[in-house]
Amino acid sequence: MKFAIALFSAPHSPASRRALRFAEAALAGGHEIVRLFFYQDGVHSASANIVAPQDELDTAAEWSHFIASAQLDGVVCIAAALRRGVLDAREAERHGRPAANLAQGWELSGLGQLHEAAQQADRLICFGGH
Amino acid sequence: MARSMLIVSRQSPWSGPGAREALDIALAGGAYDLPIGLLFLDDGVLQLAPGQHGATLQQKDLTANLKALSLFGVDKLYACARSLADRGLANTALAPAVEILDAQGLAELINRYDQVITL
Repeated sequence: MKFAIALFSAPHSPASRRALRFAEAALAGGHEIVRLFFYQDGVHSASANIVAPQDELDTAAEWSHFIASAQLDGVVCIAAALRRGVLDAREAERHGRPAANLAQGWELSGLGQLHEAAQQADRLICFGGH
Repeated sequence: MARSMLIVSRQSPWSGPGAREALDIALAGGAYDLPIGLLFLDDGVLQLAPGQHGATLQQKDLTANLKALSLFGVDKLYACARSLADRGLANTALAPAVEILDAQGLAELINRYDQVITL
């Protein structure tokens, strides 16, 4: 089955961890992930600047590692990301900000990418709330 | 045929960017000519209340975004009767106009759509 996965919650929320484990299980089960789309506070899961305490799960780092190693299409909504300070080098330069913090493997793009993924996938699975 | 999407908007207009971001999904879908429905549920129905003055909260109000829905072809708008009644909006003229649904109507609505996103 082809899945599109959308995440709306922050990386410290159980929803972000559940989405990650679901995505891992989908691939392990032989399914395809057409796209991961991070929106609302979910954009923070694509930040490279999150520092989790050493004895706690670093969900954002796991996300970056997961999509890079599985070579998945990871899209972060650009409008939601700018509003929350998640920038790639181009946006940091465009808006005169001192640093880029979008983690490796992610791409900033528009909401059209969510709709396109929802059209291509057999199932759109959303993770929000807590 | 394009898959339909129902967006369930549950955030009040002044509780953060949630309401605006739910509308943005609907507007983006409309821009791609996709069959989009938008349901206002729980505190989301407060977006439809008249006489809002965002400027007093130093916020941009949502009126322009709500008006843009029809321009983008998003004209399937619904609100939950129970959510409206619980917030004293049962007999209030709402803007934009929406179809008001009871519990059974909500269940049927959600069943009609291929994809459902709740924000």
